[in-house]
Amino acid sequence: MADTTGASPSVGLGTGLVLGLAALFVVVPALLGPDWLRVPPDWLVWPVSDIVGDSLTWFAREAQIAGMAVQDMTRGMAAVVNAPIEGAVIALSEGLFSGRGLNRTQSVPPLSWMAIVGAAAIVAYRLGGRSLCLTATIGLGFLVVFGLWAQAMVTLASVLVSIVLTCALGLAIGIWSFRSARVEAVVRGIMNVMQTLPIFAYLIPTLLLFGYGPAAALIATVAYALPPMVHNTVLALKGVPDELVECGHVSGCTDRQLLWLVQLPASLAGIAVGLNQAIMMTLNMVIIASMIGAGGLGFEVLTALRKLDIGVGLEAGMGIVALAVILDRISQAWARRAAEGRRRHPGQRSLWLLVLGWLVVATMIAHVVEPAQTWPKDWAISTASFWNGLVSWMNRELYDALEAFRAFVLLNIMRPFRDALAMMPWSVGVGFVAIIAYGIGGARVALYCAALLMFIVVTGFWAPAMNSIYLMTIAVFLALLFGFPLGFWLASRPSLRNPANLMLDTLQTLPTLVYLLPAVMLFRIGDVSAIIAIFLYAIAPAIRYGMIGISQVPPARLEAAAITGCTRWQTLLFIRLPAAVPTLLLGINQTIMMAFSMLVIAALVGTKDLGQQVLIALNRSIVGQGIVAGLCVAALALVADALLKAAAKRAEVAP
Amino acid sequence: MKRVLGCTAALLMAASTAHADVPESDEPIKFMIGDWTSIALQGEIMQIILQTYGYNTESVVADDSGRYPGFEAGDLHIAMETWETTQKQNLAKSLETGKVLDMGETGLKGLEDWWYPSYMKEQCPGLPNWEALRECGELFSTADTAPKGRYVGGPVTWGGLDEERIEALGLPFEVIHPGTDAAMFAELKAAYEREAPIILWVWEPHWAPSLYDGEFIEFPAYEDACYEDPSWGVNPDKIADCGKPRGWIKKMAWAGGEEVWPCAYEMVRNYGMDNATLSALLAEVDLEGRDMTEVATEWLTENRSTWEPWTSCAQ
Repeated sequence: MADTTGASPSVGLGTGLVLGLAALFVVVPALLGPDWLRVPPDWLVWPVSDIVGDSLTWFAREAQIAGMAVQDMTRGMAAVVNAPIEGAVIALSEGLFSGRGLNRTQSVPPLSWMAIVGAAAIVAYRLGGRSLCLTATIGLGFLVVFGLWAQAMVTLASVLVSIVLTCALGLAIGIWSFRSARVEAVVRGIMNVMQTLPIFAYLIPTLLLFGYGPAAALIATVAYALPPMVHNTVLALKGVPDELVECGHVSGCTDRQLLWLVQLPASLAGIAVGLNQAIMMTLNMVIIASMIGAGGLGFEVLTALRKLDIGVGLEAGMGIVALAVILDRISQAWARRAAEGRRRHPGQRSLWLLVLGWLVVATMIAHVVEPAQTWPKDWAISTASFWNGLVSWMNRELYDALEAFRAFVLLNIMRPFRDALAMMPWSVGVGFVAIIAYGIGGARVALYCAALLMFIVVTGFWAPAMNSIYLMTIAVFLALLFGFPLGFWLASRPSLRNPANLMLDTLQTLPTLVYLLPAVMLFRIGDVSAIIAIFLYAIAPAIRYGMIGISQVPPARLEAAAITGCTRWQTLLFIRLPAAVPTLLLGINQTIMMAFSMLVIAALVGTKDLGQQVLIALNRSIVGQGIVAGLCVAALALVADALLKAAAKRAEVAP
Repeated sequence: MKRVLGCTAALLMAASTAHADVPESDEPIKFMIGDWTSIALQGEIMQIILQTYGYNTESVVADDSGRYPGFEAGDLHIAMETWETTQKQNLAKSLETGKVLDMGETGLKGLEDWWYPSYMKEQCPGLPNWEALRECGELFSTADTAPKGRYVGGPVTWGGLDEERIEALGLPFEVIHPGTDAAMFAELKAAYEREAPIILWVWEPHWAPSLYDGEFIEFPAYEDACYEDPSWGVNPDKIADCGKPRGWIKKMAWAGGEEVWPCAYEMVRNYGMDNATLSALLAEVDLEGRDMTEVATEWLTENRSTWEPWTSCAQ
């Protein structure tokens, strides 16, 4: 990627000359040589998609393991997964019914909204004090007052089950790979691909294997949210100080005791970071999950937006954000308490009794007072018409200016860049990336990157991949351009930290479709709208890492700067920025990863890239094409990742 | 809502004395509900009818084109809408497996083609005749398509031969493909609010043509020969010199269900609907924002003579 190459300032003159020569050796044959160096020829494009598709279909439909059909096994798994979801839905949202069809009557109501809000408030107060209690009450109260309660509880039911499953699986895999280096290598490879593979790409295989319904949605969600949980578990376990482990050995711990009593408690803070990411990603999936049978708030957003009722879509979307924020803050508070060793606080037991007691009381009240069970429809408020009016107003008043801007940017910047990338011979693309990779990271990185890019050539997705790079480069560039400075600024305003975190969580969990459609209304169908959508989603990590990076400078250095009489700008440029480089590189990495994960969603407004290929495959249920195009997205992301990691390594070695 | 339903249920139950053998099974019949309103509404109507005769039914959300593996595996049992205009090949392919049944036409006619808001007529007087488009290309243009007009087609997967149509009829237009129908209607809504030029692919039954005032372009009427035989039509060298096909909307089902709920399948086969009735019901749901179950129940109580004959196997 063009914007990653700047991070290699220490390439010596000699190396530079060699690399320049190598570049010439790539460019000249591509321009003067045979045609096949420019456009991938037929013999270089293999029917990978068909092979993958056929074998997957065979596996899902006909394969047998030890005399048992795979299909029966996966369906059995789906049924097992379904049971806890159904249980949670009964408890939280639907209750029990007797009779069938039109004679169906409610025999046991679900927990009332009052019971759940109260219980959440009690737990929040115990774990995080008054402010957390307020957050939880406001968030859940929003769902009640805006009439989103029933759908929100369906979403909560499936989200809770999938978070628990993600945590358990993530911890287990993390611990396993922590204990064995060989396992870790394999797991890391798989997790890297899973993290970058667009979810749409494995939706059809998931449906093939697990059938329609909440179970398939849950399994897809877990697959999506698992990688950060695993990564962070391994990282946190590795971060446990050796002295602590030794201390455990000395006091005669068995391996199991060492793990449960020493290593896991000591690494809880790190694991909590993984949990935070897992929660955010799970709620991020709510929309896509509702496309394959999860229902709930996600379905509410989808149906509202189909009717272009942007206000209702926004409200339901904010409901998802509210759930995300509450779950995240409560789990963080719990992890903090646990890490501080207050798990066996004497108040613990009474907390559960308190919650149980409240549930009983609230249920009894709800039995008598109808509005305490179900918030009456007439009492629900809505701001939808305001938002719809606002979008219409912007459309009428600002359209001309925006259209002029769109036309200018599209014709003068985006189109030329796109055409240049499209014209670039594939051999030059692969060669250049390999040379850059060699310059930053040596032969291994170069070989790795070249192999990944050749995968794209061989599978026949080179042209759409170039289009993806064009969208990504512009969106990532803009996200960094605005995100980093904003992050720096926020870091210098501690009072803004909480609102800023809330805003970032909103950007990450508010369903993209909610702002995609207004973007289309103002910027029409096409690449400009797509880039805006990718930009808005990818700016969150840029801001976040900008904030973290700039505030990580050792105070001694800042003092030294103050003593030598640096101005604020000098401090920023010469002290803070250099110290922040490793974190900022990680921020660039995360920004790029986020942007890649948005490619397929952006294709919903109409792009001609890999995302569109995945979408087409999904619409036509072509199993192979979806996965392989998705793997091409993953390949691009992995190349960017490898280059940045190599650059980060250099930055650390030669600061 | 539940109370309304309960009342009507009692009404419906009183009217029909259920046959002893119905329902044949307690297994839930799973209805596929897509992401558009009409399939959900028709599914609701059919489900209430079936429930009245004691059947257990469920709604399952699935993608329009992604539904076939579900039907072949028996995860989905009934879909009330399969459009000839977009799903013809997919359905045919799925029928070949023998695991899926064609349950007959609903009687609805899918209608889709180029569509423009009425206010464009003043600026391009020849409309709705397609020949007027030859002169009006620039009127519909934007900076990135100029001097050609901007025609918002469907997502590429929908096909529709619009590029071929433009070439065959010599229209000065460029096709823009969105990734989803929601994006198309977002552009329509934006343009309509500003009374700005727009021409796009619209279909019926859908809420948009009932909310926005406009017309379909009158192309030469579609015949199979138009898409297959270049010599057909105004352009002797090209195919697609005509409008889009107008087609059936069929019900489909999982074949295995015929053994499980034969009488329910019979009722689904008998189900019929027409464009005017459905459009009115859709407007109630989409534009008035009324509850779908309420609208469906209301129609069923008022039109008992229409649907009761469909259920003869249960009486």
